[in-house]
Amino acid sequence: MSRTPLDTVEHATATPDVELPWAELGLKKDEYERVVEILGRRPTGAELAMYSVMWSEHCSYKSSKVHLRQFGEKAPESDALLVGIGENAGVVDVGQGYAVTFKVESHNHPSYVEPYQGAATGVGGIVRDIIAMGARPVAVVDPLRFGAADHPDTKRVLPGVVAGIGGYGNCLGLPNIGGEVVFDACYQGNPLVNAGAIGVMRHEDIHLAKASGAGNKVILYGARTGGDGIGGASILASETFDDAKPSKRPAVQVGDPFQEKLLIECTLEAFAEKLVVGIQDLGAAGLSCATSELASNGSGGMRVTLDDVPLRDSTLSPEEILMSESQERMCAVVEPGKVDRFLEICDKWDVIATVIGEVTDGDRLEIFWHGEKIVDVDPRTVAHDGPVYERPYARPDWQDALQADDAGKLPRPASGEELKDQVLKLVSSPNQASKQWITQQYDHFVQGNTVLAQPEDSGMIRIDEETGLGVAIATDGNGRYAKLDPYHGAQLALAEAYRNVATTGAKPLAVSDCLNFGSPEDPAVMWQFAEAVRGLADGCRQLGTPVTGGNVSLYNQTGEAAIHPTPVVAVLGVIDDVARRTPVAFQEEGQLLYLLGDTREEFGGSAWSQVIHDHLGGLPPQVDLEREKLLAEILISASRDGMIDSAHDLSDGGLVQAVVESALLGGKGARLIVPDGLDAFTFLFSESAGRAIVAVPRSEELRFTDMCGARGLPATRVGVVDGDTVEVQGEFALTLTELREAHENTIPSLLA
Amino acid sequence: MARVVVDVMLKPEILDPQGQAVQRALPRLGFDGISDVRQGKRFELEVDGPLDEAALARIHDLAESFLANTVIEDFTVRVEEAAEVAEAAK
Repeated sequence: MSRTPLDTVEHATATPDVELPWAELGLKKDEYERVVEILGRRPTGAELAMYSVMWSEHCSYKSSKVHLRQFGEKAPESDALLVGIGENAGVVDVGQGYAVTFKVESHNHPSYVEPYQGAATGVGGIVRDIIAMGARPVAVVDPLRFGAADHPDTKRVLPGVVAGIGGYGNCLGLPNIGGEVVFDACYQGNPLVNAGAIGVMRHEDIHLAKASGAGNKVILYGARTGGDGIGGASILASETFDDAKPSKRPAVQVGDPFQEKLLIECTLEAFAEKLVVGIQDLGAAGLSCATSELASNGSGGMRVTLDDVPLRDSTLSPEEILMSESQERMCAVVEPGKVDRFLEICDKWDVIATVIGEVTDGDRLEIFWHGEKIVDVDPRTVAHDGPVYERPYARPDWQDALQADDAGKLPRPASGEELKDQVLKLVSSPNQASKQWITQQYDHFVQGNTVLAQPEDSGMIRIDEETGLGVAIATDGNGRYAKLDPYHGAQLALAEAYRNVATTGAKPLAVSDCLNFGSPEDPAVMWQFAEAVRGLADGCRQLGTPVTGGNVSLYNQTGEAAIHPTPVVAVLGVIDDVARRTPVAFQEEGQLLYLLGDTREEFGGSAWSQVIHDHLGGLPPQVDLEREKLLAEILISASRDGMIDSAHDLSDGGLVQAVVESALLGGKGARLIVPDGLDAFTFLFSESAGRAIVAVPRSEELRFTDMCGARGLPATRVGVVDGDTVEVQGEFALTLTELREAHENTIPSLLA
Repeated sequence: MARVVVDVMLKPEILDPQGQAVQRALPRLGFDGISDVRQGKRFELEVDGPLDEAALARIHDLAESFLANTVIEDFTVRVEEAAEVAEAAK
């Protein structure tokens, strides 16, 4: 086997005319030329590997950056924000000296190729982001989108994804407390597997990713480095540098949750002993990302000896080592005097740890292999000065026709019997049906601090046993609304997550988002993206909840067909005492049901239009964020003062969906009366935003209605918790048994 | 009756947490000198009828589509030497 000579910096300088496979690595011609311009010579193979992964869409946000800036520019004043966008995850002050970090990321493409490992490593990646901030992970959530529920490929992808999330999360001992499962044909070839995590720490324990202080050591710890996820680098290795290598490496990574658990404990112990100057997890782009980010966020340069990286496969080339996405690895910067203690802690947890380099007082990132310099770059040019594109965007020409196709014109049920029939169809449709078959595969209660989990409006975790302080998180995103109007669709996702947090009694504080869209090279998709970001930034400013971080996933499409624009929004809230939370389930017969907010004839993008008419057109519900704020304040006050015993936000499926869920969860029925001024159909199925239904004990009725009256929130008495049927007076009645069968059998019969 | 054995192994570049766990346990138990362990699965298929090319092709198909996850695993198909099997079948 003959090896071509090592492509050192010296070699690259001496052989300026060697052609490198920059196109195969995903770089555009002008991007490659910029690399040459930055370096003043052609890059070495290793340098090219680094630039190509760090300048990819995934790592550089080159198409989305110009829009994402709005999250900073329009950020509302918030005392709660301790660390904002740009770090591994944002950090929020939740009081009593506690800080909470949370983030949502996507792992869409890997989960389609290999559902179990793709989803599992998605959980692993987001959890490492949390520990890199110095926080102990306390819970995960998983917003998921799949193709049609009855499509054969959904039966391949969904069970794998669910098992992967459950397998990894359960092994880590993290409760899964929230998320969503949505089916739509637009996700058929491109499921969305988003993963979120929450971590808790004391204020003084926040850590940032930076490498400062010349002489400090760079320590790589965790799993050995193997050939995972280096499809790109292998091109470099096989076609140009060494033809004897296998030409195709898999892009799939396999996770090891037990290794990750050790990594959590070992990292937190090192933090507790204040051994760490800076830290970075290794995710996409592996060591390329960790070294260039750490070095460029610090004050000096960095020198790394690649030979010292522990390998699982000794045949890996330096390019491959730099690009490998092997899971469960972290990189820490440690003062020389503390290295021994750091290594001791790693050894105690059975975690391999190796000093691979040190911080220098120059400003270069230099990487050596077999004693020769193969990388010599300014780390800032790799990590931060990637290309930025102002991609053209244009409102698609079909948007007007779509919005003109008003769902209000669809035939509506004419009799009580028809209403009843459609209610059953709605609550048994895959999107509205109970997801317990899925969520039961996750551990909700491990660690013993879970207060609320699915199917509650938001997940809630107690973080202080003494005081009962807790945090709540909800994730929402409605691709159908966003397709009809991306600006308002994104705001509706925000409003719903915000409302869900408030419905459980917690005060919304901050936002993380995962923006899932099609190809940015399509002006129509880019317009959807620009509109959604603008909507979200405007909405966050109005609600006073800053975006703390998140993730953009582009190129979610099959051929020419993009997914519905799907901004998934996570809202984090705080509750002073989790004992004051409000659950979804009806608690006691005789309690009065109040509908809060205004109900209009709004059916565009509704679940009803999808289930009954397979229709998507018109405009999504109106957004009134001032109303959302008022509603949230009322829900939080009512929860704190014990005025309501259960509450449920109204969203997809409308009031009837909410009442059926509360009734089934509580095992108690409801008698509903259609209020004056509304017809039964609109009352039951409209999806007007800014609404919730609450159950008020009779003794609290006056106090509650007075409060709503004084604050100007419409509150209409619409019924009472009673019996074992859900009855709409004068229209129809359905027994809880019938409803339960319809609501709970759908998913198991399709997927089990 | 013939026996066909399908061996399924994780591809060499894929992380094998189970194999690693075994390898880490070995020195603790006093077994030295093992530098790597990879763990796989073995399927023994009893085939009805003649084991001709068509039958083998079918087994190859089922191994590829069902027994192995070819995104992360390799597999091999081989016919178990018939003597013992035939003896047992009598």
